[in-house]
Amino acid sequence: MDNFDYQKNRELLRLATAGSVDDGKSTLIGRLFYDCNAIYEDQLLGMKKVSKKKGFKEIDLSLLTDGLAAEREQGITIDVAYRYFNTSKRRIIIADVPGHEQYTRNMITGASEADVVLILVDASIGLTNQSKRHLFLASLLGASHIIVVINKMDAVNYSQKVFEKIKNDFINYATKLNIKDLEFIPVSALKGDMVVNRGENMPWYGGDTVLYYLENTPFTDRNLINFRLPVQMVIKFGERLRGYAGKIESGVIKEGEEIMVLPSEKKTKIKSIIVSGHKVKYAFSPQSIIVRLTDEIDVSRGDMIVRGNNRPEISSELEVMLCCLTNEPLRQGKSYLIKQTTKTSRVAINSINYRLNINTLHRERVDRLELNEIGRAFLKSNDQFLFDVFIKNRNMGSFILIDEITKNTVGAGIILNKGQKKAKNEKKKNFTKRGAVLWFTGLSGSGKSTIADEVREKLEKRNIDCERLDGDIVRQSLTKDLGFSRQDRDSNISRVSYVANLLSKHGVLVLATFISPYRKQREMVRKQVSDFIEIFVDAPLEVCQRRDTKGLYKKAGQNEVKDFTGITDPYEEPKKPDIHLRTDKIPLDECVNKILAYLENKKLI
Amino acid sequence: MEKYNLGYLEQLEAESIYIIRETAAEFKNPVMLYSIGKDSSVLLRLAQKAFSPGKIPFPLLHIDTGYKFREMIQFRDYYTKKIGVKLIVHKNKEEKARMMRPDQAHTDEYIYYKKTKPLLEAIKKYKFDAAFGGARREEEKSRAKERIFSFRDANGVWNPKNQRPELWHLYNTKINEGETVRVFPLSDWTELDIWLYIKKEKIEIVPLYFAQKTKVIKRHSVYLRLDEFVQPQESEEVIEGMFRYRTLGCSPSTGAIVSRAVTIEEIIMEVMEAKNSERENRAIDHGSDSNSMEEKKREGYF
Repeated sequence: MDNFDYQKNRELLRLATAGSVDDGKSTLIGRLFYDCNAIYEDQLLGMKKVSKKKGFKEIDLSLLTDGLAAEREQGITIDVAYRYFNTSKRRIIIADVPGHEQYTRNMITGASEADVVLILVDASIGLTNQSKRHLFLASLLGASHIIVVINKMDAVNYSQKVFEKIKNDFINYATKLNIKDLEFIPVSALKGDMVVNRGENMPWYGGDTVLYYLENTPFTDRNLINFRLPVQMVIKFGERLRGYAGKIESGVIKEGEEIMVLPSEKKTKIKSIIVSGHKVKYAFSPQSIIVRLTDEIDVSRGDMIVRGNNRPEISSELEVMLCCLTNEPLRQGKSYLIKQTTKTSRVAINSINYRLNINTLHRERVDRLELNEIGRAFLKSNDQFLFDVFIKNRNMGSFILIDEITKNTVGAGIILNKGQKKAKNEKKKNFTKRGAVLWFTGLSGSGKSTIADEVREKLEKRNIDCERLDGDIVRQSLTKDLGFSRQDRDSNISRVSYVANLLSKHGVLVLATFISPYRKQREMVRKQVSDFIEIFVDAPLEVCQRRDTKGLYKKAGQNEVKDFTGITDPYEEPKKPDIHLRTDKIPLDECVNKILAYLENKKLI
Repeated sequence: MEKYNLGYLEQLEAESIYIIRETAAEFKNPVMLYSIGKDSSVLLRLAQKAFSPGKIPFPLLHIDTGYKFREMIQFRDYYTKKIGVKLIVHKNKEEKARMMRPDQAHTDEYIYYKKTKPLLEAIKKYKFDAAFGGARREEEKSRAKERIFSFRDANGVWNPKNQRPELWHLYNTKINEGETVRVFPLSDWTELDIWLYIKKEKIEIVPLYFAQKTKVIKRHSVYLRLDEFVQPQESEEVIEGMFRYRTLGCSPSTGAIVSRAVTIEEIIMEVMEAKNSERENRAIDHGSDSNSMEEKKREGYF
């Protein structure tokens, strides 16, 4: 039965529609359904009756999406409503977001799972604050495709000029945002132009109709690389058998693959995979699966199954963008329940850096977020979060906040970063007289980053400007193009020292952590930088190998990493470092104090 | 070559299973409301799949009005036994409910005493904290904004103004003592999806869904089958023809439709070409004004 298979094989598209009744959104949706013959006859009859009662000549298509009684009295929609229709290729689920009331809360609710966001504008009015808000929120929530529908073209004589002007206004505003794909379609939902049928009023427009766009845009931004399976529940069957059930939030997994359970870091293999009661060889996001593991290890809800060489971030502190969803403000210092993946734990809002004015994108100092307000904040928990930042992985980087007493959902947020990395701009400026470059050199695993992070925290508490330059991070940005040959390594260090010098000239204390194994290299940096402080982070190779924080020694041992310092490549110890720290002999805080004392002594802080 | 794409029906299935597991993992004592209809049948299959090869870790609850089609009751007892799931049947035994006559089945009072009240009673009696239902958002206007995890206060009351926002697929399952949640794993399914899934999964359903030769009368503008609960009155003409049911409920208030569809495939074809929405044949939605369904929901009806 071909016809039935074809019915099932449609793709699922989630669409959020934003705009207010005044923009003609209900009419647009009504038109989409009407022209697709997706309105039932009894519904149509009802709509015709009401239209007549209201004194309209033609049928009022907006009546289709009209919902709860309270709204009908007020004549506005106040909550996200879901609607369904099929095109020949796709099943489309519309999250219909109301315009005026509770705009932020509703918009982020509706857009949270959307593949495509449709923003509706009135051609006779153009870009409004509301459109800006919608655009901003859609980009914040990582919608990869945004389509701006400029409606009521019939009210502006189907003018191309009007269309182009509005389009340019939008593009100007959108350059400030991170949007991958932005489309514009001129439409008259009332008359039916460019929704399902092209109509004859806008021959100057060469683009697609709304329906064509929805049917044909390739939208999938699924992450099939980073395997993440948050465990939902343990399923017991047979005598003593156990399976671990969950939804694959990203990535792919195969039978027999080696995996790791977090946070315990226990390793084992996938014995079998079950999807909907059937054994399968492999599974992928967004499937709901059960896995059985080769070894009996302790796994429970909230744990995560991943690959050992591709793990999520782990931290008890998070830097987030937060939105308040109820009349009770989110307050700095207050604690909440947080649900992220399948894990619920307790968290406190450590600080609120600023509130973002969605109209102007200005930052405003506050200690609380009121209903519909958005702000940047730091969260701290006693538990460890397993996450990926939101822009990399929506499912792993989103969360909700629940009130501990009322149990209501009071906040929603996305994870921007680990907590330690504080955003600079928000700090009160307090220029040191001069900057300097603190150059941490030493073997991998000697403790460079740990000490530097700690020093940075101490400095920031004293409002001293500082910046971290870290080997791993720089390699992903500034020197992404470089490899690991001797020459490339030299270029890496040379670029870093250039940046470090610039920063220090502006009064910043730069904390640079690089293995930088060759004496010559470091001398080169010393020459480039005006205030160079060489800090030798010293621990015997055996100790570093035992720590093996990044698992690199193990790889080097297996010949997976070439020219690895300490193993297959020499480390030339500094002869006369400015500060020498034996991290195998003295504790962390003592190392930190030694550095601070040095800086004080040199009158750098 | 491995494929990493799901058809939409498989995706809906994966999402529903996620919701069912989330409920089983987070609530102390969930129950699945079982109405014996096609949606319930799909819901039940999804629950089996969610825990297979394990067993469904919660019981089913049927609120029996006493006036259900006899084929439904037969099917209920046969099917729940066959798949080995625990079934609780609950009836309102108070005088007021027992005195209700079949011809009152379309009234608001009937629905309150025969359905809403016993449901709330059963939830209290067995201390259920979450109840799965087969409702779909597409079914009826007032359901378009229903949450997947729909919060009810300690009196079982649904307040449209006090529903929790649902973002991503992070469902808030936290409640206080006495409060409950209705969970709707089929929220995003449509009538057509239900039928396509029944076909795909070869799910057994009550035979009344297939067209058969039936004697009916026309009352309250719907066709009612003649049986132990429905007898023709003097002015009513008995019609004989091929009829089937699009939805199932109480015999005296559920209308049949004229149909020749005797196979699943024919039903699917019929649904695809349907000109009317599916609840149109139910007297329950035809209250005095168009808000009737919403008011019933406020009281605690599904």
